[in-house]
Amino acid sequence: MVEVQGVRFRYKDGPEMDFPDFFCGAGDRMLLLGNSGSGKTTLLHLLCGLLRPASGKLAVAGRDLGASTDRELDVWRGDDVGIVFQRAHFVQSLTVVENLALPHQLTHGSVPADVLHRMDSMLDRLGIAHRAAALPHELSVGEQQRASIARALLHQPKVVFADEPTSALDDHNASAVMDILDREAADATLVVVTHDQRLKDRYSYCVTLERLAP
Amino acid sequence: MTLGLSYQAWRNLRAKPLQTALSLALLAFGVGMVSLMLLTEKQVNDAFARNIKDIDLVLGAKGSPLQLILANVYHIDAPTGNILQSEADKVLKHPYIASGIPLAYGDNHEGYRIVGTDHTYVEHYGAEVNRGRLWSEPFEVTLGARVAAQLNMELGDTFFSAHGLTDQTDVHTDKTFTVVGILEANGSVLDQLILTPMESIWNVHAHEGEVVDPATREITAMLLKKRNPLAVLTLPNVLRETNMQVALPAIEVNRMTQQFGLGTAALRAIAMLIMALSFASIFISVLDNIRARRHELALMRTMGGTPATLYRLLLLEGGLLSVAGTLLGLALSRVGMAILGQVVENQFHYDLDAFTVLPSEGLLVVAAVSVGLLASAIPARSSLRLDISQTLSEA
Repeated sequence: MVEVQGVRFRYKDGPEMDFPDFFCGAGDRMLLLGNSGSGKTTLLHLLCGLLRPASGKLAVAGRDLGASTDRELDVWRGDDVGIVFQRAHFVQSLTVVENLALPHQLTHGSVPADVLHRMDSMLDRLGIAHRAAALPHELSVGEQQRASIARALLHQPKVVFADEPTSALDDHNASAVMDILDREAADATLVVVTHDQRLKDRYSYCVTLERLAP
Repeated sequence: MTLGLSYQAWRNLRAKPLQTALSLALLAFGVGMVSLMLLTEKQVNDAFARNIKDIDLVLGAKGSPLQLILANVYHIDAPTGNILQSEADKVLKHPYIASGIPLAYGDNHEGYRIVGTDHTYVEHYGAEVNRGRLWSEPFEVTLGARVAAQLNMELGDTFFSAHGLTDQTDVHTDKTFTVVGILEANGSVLDQLILTPMESIWNVHAHEGEVVDPATREITAMLLKKRNPLAVLTLPNVLRETNMQVALPAIEVNRMTQQFGLGTAALRAIAMLIMALSFASIFISVLDNIRARRHELALMRTMGGTPATLYRLLLLEGGLLSVAGTLLGLALSRVGMAILGQVVENQFHYDLDAFTVLPSEGLLVVAAVSVGLLASAIPARSSLRLDISQTLSEA
């Protein structure tokens, strides 16, 4: 489902980054552990097709990213990939519900009724149903994080990437958020990118990114 | 759920009410001023042109030629004085002159001029009788459409005339005018006049039983139509030794509008400046939006939005602003026109139509909307080059 082979990347004027090979099967969950500066976010962006590698093979959710056009990747992200960002970004002028429906709108040009139905029950399970009509900046950090999880999972993606989903949260909230992720993404492949040692024992499959050579 | 790009653009504009209001107000004022100037210029020029209609020369007492024209063609100024009818008739017989319409006035009713003339005046402007008939006997009057409507007068109504052209202080209570007809409105100066035989004017100022000596009968002016273009050059010489002059309406009106022209040019420059400012404000707000909302835009790219989607969204925001501002401007110019029309009506009894749409305004709309789109299209281009990965990594 997620396959990384000999992937190298370098930013303009930056050192070359060399990423470990790994494979993650359908429905599996894995942890990409690394300290800051180890290229975690870079790898995540590579996996989402937001960055293109200098060399190597990246296959995610049945798609060979190197062989896909930007346009194809835009649609693919909307259809098959869910991303939970470290900081929950929202379109500030739209309500929570509208933000959650936005991926469907952008990918398919409309929001079907069954998505709205799924959204209702998901908001209910995540305990933010009462915030549905609020604007994003009116939500607490924890609520924002839950809303962004709901948005990433609503279109039932094949792969879910979570970038430091717990780093801004206390112990209690961190484990609550991870429980939610586990539960809601039960049918998807889940890749959690983090430096949060609290999560180390959560999954048996863990790939550690080494600090880059200076 | 409505969540199309237009809706998103609308929500984004509403999320920044102050910025949106500023851009809207600037554009509305710019467009409004330009449109208001187009409207007034067109309508004033039309009114002037309509009333000049085939009047080549105006014969009247010596004085300001412009005043002679304004008083006798447009009835918005006091006359320069009176001339003897016998002298005017001599000019009418000049071989270069084809025909003439005599005008005699000096009285008013409720601010509307009572003008003594003959039926050729009505024929000249192609006016039709709406109700009743044209005047035939002294002290019979036919009302212009505006006069009848404003004073709420009907056939058979009677009134006294007042001396002078505006006030009601000195009323001639011994002579009663009777309404025998009302003209169809035709947009000419006749709409605002009370027409009657010349004899009414002469008799109203005569004492009881007195008969006015035909040799001393006076008129105010005569509207002349020339037979030969040389009339323009010859008549001033002919009239040199008399107390009369001829003036050319076309030339006097031209001279006057040229003097207005300087003022309108300055106003037009200001309006253009305001419009330019509004486009700059749209440009800046789109640019600012891209900077402030780059996380949002990058986010949309991770959720299936293409660069074209972002570009269209930003263009829609600018386009929506331009269209709304332009429409608001047109509405504003109508309000301005209605207010201006009220003032003009009260002072000059002229009608300005606030609700006409000019072809040149269509051009104004197209120009304003396309420049508005351009002002958003240029900064929006940077959304096509947005580095999603880097933007999302920024803390």
